[in-house]
Amino acid sequence: MLEVQHISKSFGGVKATDDVTLDFATGSLTAVIGPNGAGKSTFFNLITGALKPDTGRILLDGIDMAGRSPPDIVRHGIGRAFQVASIFPSLTVSETMLAAVGADQRRAGVMYRRFPLAETRERADYVIELLGLANKRNRVASALSHGDQKLLDIALALVLEPKVLLLDEPTAGMGTEERWRMIEKVHELWVREKITVVFIEHDMDIVFKIAPSIVVLCYGRILATGTPDEIRKNPAVIEAYLGTDEHAGAL
Amino acid sequence: MSELNVENRAGAAPFVTRPRRAAYTDIVFAIIGFAILAALPFLFDSKALLDFVIRCSAFGLFATSLNLLVGYTGLISFGHGMFFGLGAYGFGLLMQRANVSIPLAMVCTLAITAVAAVVIGAICVRLKEIYFAFVTLAFQMLIHSVILSWQSLTGGDQGLRGGIKRPVFWGIDLTNHVQLYIFSCALLVIGLLLMRQIAQSPFGYTLRMIRDNATRASFIGINVWRAKLTVFVLAALFASVGGMIMSLFVSGAYPEFAYWTISGEGIFINMLGGVTTFLGPMVGTVLLLILNDTATRLTEHYGIVLGVVILFFALGLRKGLMDFAVDWYRAWRDKAKEQS
Repeated sequence: MLEVQHISKSFGGVKATDDVTLDFATGSLTAVIGPNGAGKSTFFNLITGALKPDTGRILLDGIDMAGRSPPDIVRHGIGRAFQVASIFPSLTVSETMLAAVGADQRRAGVMYRRFPLAETRERADYVIELLGLANKRNRVASALSHGDQKLLDIALALVLEPKVLLLDEPTAGMGTEERWRMIEKVHELWVREKITVVFIEHDMDIVFKIAPSIVVLCYGRILATGTPDEIRKNPAVIEAYLGTDEHAGAL
Repeated sequence: MSELNVENRAGAAPFVTRPRRAAYTDIVFAIIGFAILAALPFLFDSKALLDFVIRCSAFGLFATSLNLLVGYTGLISFGHGMFFGLGAYGFGLLMQRANVSIPLAMVCTLAITAVAAVVIGAICVRLKEIYFAFVTLAFQMLIHSVILSWQSLTGGDQGLRGGIKRPVFWGIDLTNHVQLYIFSCALLVIGLLLMRQIAQSPFGYTLRMIRDNATRASFIGINVWRAKLTVFVLAALFASVGGMIMSLFVSGAYPEFAYWTISGEGIFINMLGGVTTFLGPMVGTVLLLILNDTATRLTEHYGIVLGVVILFFALGLRKGLMDFAVDWYRAWRDKAKEQS
């Protein structure tokens, strides 16, 4: 269970995150939506330690994560993927996975043995298969297609067997068809791995179809939370975010 | 359709299968290499050749250790030469003043280097690229000026004069030129083996991850600062051994060993030989020293010759010689595979 309690973050005078309180039940799948500049990415950065919240607590199974370093938070079980695929360009897919599993097993500093370590293979292979990257395992990451790089980024987060997986726009920069493939993959991961997944998404069709619960952020505040039906009918949401013609169609 | 783009973007080799050799293969290579080097004095009666190889050992260890920082971790240090100088002066002073055995002096020098590297590294490795380069350079200048001004200890700009005693240890007599040569080669080969092991270990891949994307590395739980500091100290130790070989070779130590130009030469060697292969810096060392010796013999405008060469590598090849050779070999192999 991930509980975010009254977290705030200001940049200069701008409140990027303003007193946000949210619970993510264990094993839930939640979409975070909101217009550009709503503070979605900042919210993720606060939870993962990329930014330190000014106030508030972030409890993972009762332990406060606020203000800890990213490696520390990752080790407690919050993994993340990035909006722009964050990978290791010169390593192959399997090298990436083997090295990441090694890091997870606290063997990143081992010098007296050769890479890759035998005990990292099983987990690395499992995640490579899980993400469907098996036939590209010997490719250098920089030579992968955009979609595969995004998958590799997610794979890096999954290697650590996180309790909570945060995906910052898993479908960013993809065409319609690729988007659906990606989101089906995310859904499949959620079902198979039984982890708490929170993802940011712009495409309303996807959000309403996939996510059992939705959080709407606007100007750093929570505008609404609820099921797709509740969000569709919420007057504040319609007013502030979905009221445009473009999105009315989606409703 | 995306497949097609991938092929184009990646150029000639989208599939990279990198065979990983086991540790014992490296050891076999090292033994063969050492055997060849050890045979040289018996095949050629040339003191100049042995001198050349001893200098290659000193600078080769220095340059290869710099590549652990530059090529493997992405830390461009412009002050790595300070540890070369520290090795030479630390060892030279201990031998001249403390009256200890050579192995003990070496171990003590390594300890001094480690302490210095931990302190300097702790300050530097948090800094981003250009700041890291300049602050390491600043420390190099600092150490150089300390050596110049602390005349009573270091002899100032005269260096450590009067020679270094070389008491016999374990039956090894380093006053004998051939034995000094074999000893230097042994240090070189052992040093290279250890660095190769570091580069091919899980830690070596942690360094590669940090080089590629330090942010991502920290988000998979790696303590980036600690890994950088560790490799900074390790590289300093190997550079220090290079300095010790140099100190034994010239039987003293000179302020030039700690001057920033040594660091510059280290970077130059890495550019010449290439940073993407483990032995690139070693090839670069041999090239630079040959270049150095021929250019100084032929002309007094030595700097111009080096400048032209560096421009050729930087603008012409855009990579080091070993990088070039490896790329050429891969292209040739792929072509051969296609035809068969």
